[in-house]
Amino acid sequence: MSPVPSGSPSSDRQLPPVIALRNITRTYKMGDSEVHALAGVSLVIERGEFVAIMGASGSGKSTMMNIIGCLDVPSSGRYWLDGVDVRGLDETRLARVRNRKIGFVFQSFNLIPRTSALANIELPMLYAGVHAKERRARALAALDLVGLSSRAGHMPSEMSGGQQQRVAVARALVTNPALILADEPTGNLDTHASDEVMNVFESLNRAGRTVVLITHEPDIAERTKRTVRLRDGLIISDENTTRGPRRAEMGAAR
Amino acid sequence: MTILLYMTTALRGLSANKLRSALTVLGMLIGVGAVILLVAVGNGSSIAVQSKIKALGTNTITITNRGRFGRGPATTGTQSQAATITAADIKTMSDPNQAPDILSVSPVLSASVTASYQDASTTVTVTATSPTYLPAEDYTVEAGRSIGSSDVASSAQVAVIGQTLLSNLYPAGANPIGTDIFVTEGKNEAQFQVIGVLAAKGSTTGVDPNNIAIIPYTTAEGLLTGYTNNFKQIIVEAKNSKDVNAAEAEASDILASANQTTVANLPFFVINEQSLLSTSASTTSTFTVLLGAVAAISLLVGGIGIMNIMLVTVTERTREIGIRKAIGAPRGAILGQFLTEAVLLSLFGGLAGVAVGLIGSRFKIVGVKPVATPTSVVEAFVVAVAVGVFFGFYPANRAASLRPVDALRYE
Ligand SMILES: Nc1ncnc2c1ncn2[C@@H]1O[C@H](COP(=O)(O)OP(=O)(O)OP(=O)(O)O)[C@@H](O)[C@H]1O
Ligand SMILES: [Mg+2]
Repeated sequence: MSPVPSGSPSSDRQLPPVIALRNITRTYKMGDSEVHALAGVSLVIERGEFVAIMGASGSGKSTMMNIIGCLDVPSSGRYWLDGVDVRGLDETRLARVRNRKIGFVFQSFNLIPRTSALANIELPMLYAGVHAKERRARALAALDLVGLSSRAGHMPSEMSGGQQQRVAVARALVTNPALILADEPTGNLDTHASDEVMNVFESLNRAGRTVVLITHEPDIAERTKRTVRLRDGLIISDENTTRGPRRAEMGAAR
Repeated sequence: MTILLYMTTALRGLSANKLRSALTVLGMLIGVGAVILLVAVGNGSSIAVQSKIKALGTNTITITNRGRFGRGPATTGTQSQAATITAADIKTMSDPNQAPDILSVSPVLSASVTASYQDASTTVTVTATSPTYLPAEDYTVEAGRSIGSSDVASSAQVAVIGQTLLSNLYPAGANPIGTDIFVTEGKNEAQFQVIGVLAAKGSTTGVDPNNIAIIPYTTAEGLLTGYTNNFKQIIVEAKNSKDVNAAEAEASDILASANQTTVANLPFFVINEQSLLSTSASTTSTFTVLLGAVAAISLLVGGIGIMNIMLVTVTERTREIGIRKAIGAPRGAILGQFLTEAVLLSLFGGLAGVAVGLIGSRFKIVGVKPVATPTSVVEAFVVAVAVGVFFGFYPANRAASLRPVDALRYE
């Protein structure tokens, strides 16, 4: 059996899928009882995809996203990120993976307080050991990309929610990660601000970046190319948002 | 991440809670300041005691003949004759060939007498001795001249007087030099010309060293009843402070062979100023160590304060730690960041403590002028920073060990 599950048809067969989950479970022990946040999830996401993950509250979306983002480890199952089995990585390597391969955007923005927008965007490059000059240049470019050049010196507390989230997106993309993960990025934003953030994600995806986001809003999901639905820790549907059902076999397999 | 970046991040963290940081720094400040100040007080009092003993003359050995009152502890009944110190012995000791480490030997014969000048009269200690007694006892002549060897040779009726005697006999401002004073002991009376005045000298024993008249020892014959060719006391001065023990051995050997006995059997009481000095130095250094130890406890308390505040900080900023880890901060970067904060607290406390300790030691404390030593300052500072590292490590390590998901989910 091949170590990497074969995925959907890919334009480049040589490249492994960005994300390959196989029978991932995540169990939380709550005293005597156990909560199965993920009950066996298999999912392959290829390079350049734009995926929305939907599902009711408590269905395991964030749990799955945290595992994909190497913030958490599964209780069982295997996960290949860019063809690398993350189970074999130690703490230092995992930190490097989070730093170089993944850009994470959170519902609650999660900027570092009392730190300017520019400094927040520079932070991942700081941990990557990028030189100060290049750091500044790339941070300014990223800020420009999200349309916030004029807010470089602003503290998080001096910006609107939409602006903070766009700074967070800039911070996620500044290291040129293969994968951008966003857990309800528009959950705390109004329609206009959501629109601006989604515009950034769309242009990133057009530029070839893989984007995976969690959302409760159908109109946000509609702007992606593929929608994966979870219920009680299992994938119940996986379809192409624009081109009708896809991967029906996965749901059928269960 | 460079040190500078750790510093700026840490400073930002500390300035977010200025009062809390300031109080923690204050804790360290008190610890470091107390160590420096108390060690300085201990050191100052030790220096004061030692300089008092030094005023006696550190190169001197005082040999007192106790023969009249009994033998020394080592002597037994088999020895029937008391030992003596004679003018011949003094001559031998003064010979550099026989006693290379001895600079001078001064016989001393003291008596309490009545001195008078015109209508005034007072009780004074007359010390009949040789010219070498003055430098050996750290007496300096302030005006006029000292007694010389020619005065000894000619039994000149001359005296050098101390400040107390001067003020007791002469009206203020009077020049005593060239005047004659009368000295009476019992039936004996003699007239002495004042040739010099001594500078005031500090006292260690409670006896006023300035109520004195120094005369050549040869002059004492016929005046002082105690005078025989058997000196009750001699003061031996070593050439060098490191030769004091050798000089003591030479003097003892000469006296032992002159008295045809062994050193152990000499009924002489020997006071070696240097051994007094080292005894006092060891007691005062014990005192200093004790003071330092008390102060070190407050340094420890300051360190616990740092640990406490850092634990609070790490808990408060759990979410921030989660964010940093999510964007790829390695464990070492988180550890470094919080350790830097802890060390900065102790560094500021240490610097401020050094300043306070140094300023504080410029004032007299309970009658002691503190003397801050560079080593105590450096040590207190280094220990403070080490305390920061030590007590900062646990909280910083706790931060670095947090799992990203748990940290991010923390409310
Ligand atoms: N740390 C935890 N300890 C115990 N149970 C947990 C923990 N985290 C999540 N769970 C449980 O796992 C399940 C899935 O949680 P998860 O956060 O993935 O849901 P979600 O789909 O993201 O929901 P939402 O849309 O509300 O964010 C829930 O039942 C939750 O109670
Ligand atoms: Mg969630």
